[in-house]
Amino acid sequence: MSIEIKTNSVEPIRHTYSNIKRRFGDKPASRYQEASFDIEATTNFHYRPLWDAEHGLNDPTRTAIRMADWYAVSDPRQFFYGAYVQNRAKMQEAAEHSFSFCDKRNLLTRMPEALQETLLRLLVPLRHMELGANMNNSSIAGDAVAGTVTQMHIYQAMDRLGMGQYLSRIALLIDGSTGEALDRSKTYWMEDVLWQPLRKLVEDSLVVKDWFELTVLQNLLIDGLLYPLMYHKFDQWLAEQGAEDVSMLTEFMRDWHAESCRWVDAMLKTVRAESDANAEQLQRWIAHWQPRVIAALQPLANASVGVAALDEVVGQFDQRLKKLGLVAEEVAA
Amino acid sequence: MATKNKKLSLKDKYQYLTRDMAWEPSYQKKEDIFPYERFEGIKITDWDKWEDPFRLTMDAYWKYQAEKEKKLYAIFDAFAQNNGHQNISDARYVNALKLFLTGVSPLEYGAFQGYAKVGRHFSGAGARVACQMQSIDELRHVQTQLHAMSHYNKHFNGLHDFAHMHDRVWFLSVPKSFFDDARSAGPFEFLTAISFSFEYVLTNLLFVPFMSGAAYNGDMATVTFGFSAQSDEARHMTLGLEVIKFMLEQHEDNVPIVQHWIDKWFWRGYRLLSLVSMMMDYMLPNKVMSWKDAWEVYYEQNGGALFKDLERYGIRPPKYQDVANDGKNHISHQLWSTFYQYSHATNFHTWLPSAAEMDWLSEQYPDTFDKYYRPRFEHWQKMQDKGERFYNNTLPQLCQVCQVPTLFTEHGDPTQLSLRTLEHEGERYHFCSDGCCDIFKYEPEKYIQSWLPVHQIYQGNCEGADVETVVSKYYHINIGQDNFDYVGSPDHQRWQAIKGNRPLGGDDDSRDAA
Repeated sequence: MSIEIKTNSVEPIRHTYSNIKRRFGDKPASRYQEASFDIEATTNFHYRPLWDAEHGLNDPTRTAIRMADWYAVSDPRQFFYGAYVQNRAKMQEAAEHSFSFCDKRNLLTRMPEALQETLLRLLVPLRHMELGANMNNSSIAGDAVAGTVTQMHIYQAMDRLGMGQYLSRIALLIDGSTGEALDRSKTYWMEDVLWQPLRKLVEDSLVVKDWFELTVLQNLLIDGLLYPLMYHKFDQWLAEQGAEDVSMLTEFMRDWHAESCRWVDAMLKTVRAESDANAEQLQRWIAHWQPRVIAALQPLANASVGVAALDEVVGQFDQRLKKLGLVAEEVAA
Repeated sequence: MATKNKKLSLKDKYQYLTRDMAWEPSYQKKEDIFPYERFEGIKITDWDKWEDPFRLTMDAYWKYQAEKEKKLYAIFDAFAQNNGHQNISDARYVNALKLFLTGVSPLEYGAFQGYAKVGRHFSGAGARVACQMQSIDELRHVQTQLHAMSHYNKHFNGLHDFAHMHDRVWFLSVPKSFFDDARSAGPFEFLTAISFSFEYVLTNLLFVPFMSGAAYNGDMATVTFGFSAQSDEARHMTLGLEVIKFMLEQHEDNVPIVQHWIDKWFWRGYRLLSLVSMMMDYMLPNKVMSWKDAWEVYYEQNGGALFKDLERYGIRPPKYQDVANDGKNHISHQLWSTFYQYSHATNFHTWLPSAAEMDWLSEQYPDTFDKYYRPRFEHWQKMQDKGERFYNNTLPQLCQVCQVPTLFTEHGDPTQLSLRTLEHEGERYHFCSDGCCDIFKYEPEKYIQSWLPVHQIYQGNCEGADVETVVSKYYHINIGQDNFDYVGSPDHQRWQAIKGNRPLGGDDDSRDAA
């Protein structure tokens, strides 16, 4: 048996906005569609930016990549703001649980001091890389020309700030919230030779002007190599040293990276499939930056997991590129 | 090894979780990483002096915002399921939403991108983080507004192609050029324009009237959005004040630059608000308050207190504030009269105020309404009664800066149109006021670029040479549905059907409903 509530049904005169109708037909649209497509101004801009007189506002030529329609790039996660924050709220709830558990049981402070120092030297400085990634993604959100693309990058920017904050809190657990461990960890980032290639790479990324080159460099190459190395290989290595509890505090990053690969890959596939010129441009950027990223990670691998582990990460990453159609067979071998 | 043993204060802890993640670069030059920070002439001697206007870590942000979104979307769902649009005061109200969706929502998107940009480009990381949070908030606002109005779009005309219209329709170049102006300026001017003038000084006259209008007219979806955005707006306002104080405290050379921006953006904002003034006085079936009262409370009183407070930095109230204060008695009537004449070229309807509404206007505007404006409406009413509803087929002269038709009158003489002209490099430019003319004089190279819709039509850039073709083909305004008088429109007819009234007969139905 079922009950039936009588309602006064009202026929709508249209099912969605005209722009959505033009794209998807006159049928009820998803919240993602209505919130994302065609929301960025495209024409009749009034003034050229004082800060970049060579381009207009929302100028598609701020990247070398050409798309007939940038809205061909969309988010496989279908994140609009509401879906995004609700997803992250769940993830942070789990992270919060882990942090308070570690805090309550003193899981970090009861580790040997040398191991704590290893965390401050090899893990926590990644917070600075996260801030660089935060800036890069915020920059892309400001420069890109389609709502589907810009919103993914502002979510990414805020995620990076959040992960930088989680890494910072690991040091605050160690130093009992005095900031002393964070100061020390920052000195490693600034002065320790093993961080300098990565710091240089991050600073180099901050002067990249082409926003699509920047998303390739940051979200595909740096993240695609660094995350598997530091949050999988290095995480296992830490466990072998007796710091397995730290895994709880970096679970957010592993979940996040697995998720972020989905939209990054979808975006690159679409852009690559658009034209040979795009494919060649992507390959040029990858050829330019990938060796630099690997070189920047080498000292971190040497100091912990070893070069073989890095090679393995690089091998897996090449497989990913291959699936995206972004590496020639002979180069991959 | 521990040298510090004092627990961090909340303030210091927040700094460790934000600006301390930044570092002094050594592999790239700072000015290459932050290339836009100096060209405006603002001198920042010490970014460490930046006071975080709010302390919100990302985990807390996600959590609070997710809770707000969950509640908001529950209301949207309930509103749609129960056909909440049937419970509004009157279908004329929806025209305020049409103005909002086409005029304001796209600005939220512009704000999202503008803040993402400055959120990258200040070398002070504390300021960057605050700007980024506003950036993603603004994305929230455009998206939740689209969702709030999605249901209205299914039952009313004029909302269906907001983004396309925002880029093209003549009067929408007023809000669009305002935001383009801010986004094409440097980062400090952008913040003065949007964070200070727009969010701090004027938000109670822009955002709030629409939300209060929703509350007074039974629009549960929009007013719930308004409440949900309130705490975001509070953050944005604190950022606005911090930005101004920070610039003024950093260096005395900043004072005249900031003063110029305050003058400019006050006037720019005031002209933009003229659209809101007509919405408050004419478009809301249930009035919240008159534009004049709103101006007195939110600008003359609150703004007065603010500028009193800023006096110690050497800042005076904005130039031409006296003209704006005088204008409170006039602009809503002048705007509505203009839109009434050009209803064939707008995506919303206009109508003549009912006798009761005219009496309300007389009460609210004892010095001006009966003397200057009532006769106009009564004259048009007579014409309409004879079946000669007045539409003006001559395209209006637009102001080169604010892009409002030059419809305003002289300060102190409401029978004299205010016009200014200026010759610049052999071309003559037209302005609605000294305020707009001054803005042009200061940066002519910027304002000669203005994409003036009327000029563009005459130059043949809008897909047609006559109004009807431009309106339908270029603007995507559905003729006979989106435009013309409310009385007799499809919106009006459907509303009559919803309310169980007889199908549309005379033109008095709408005024009876009010």
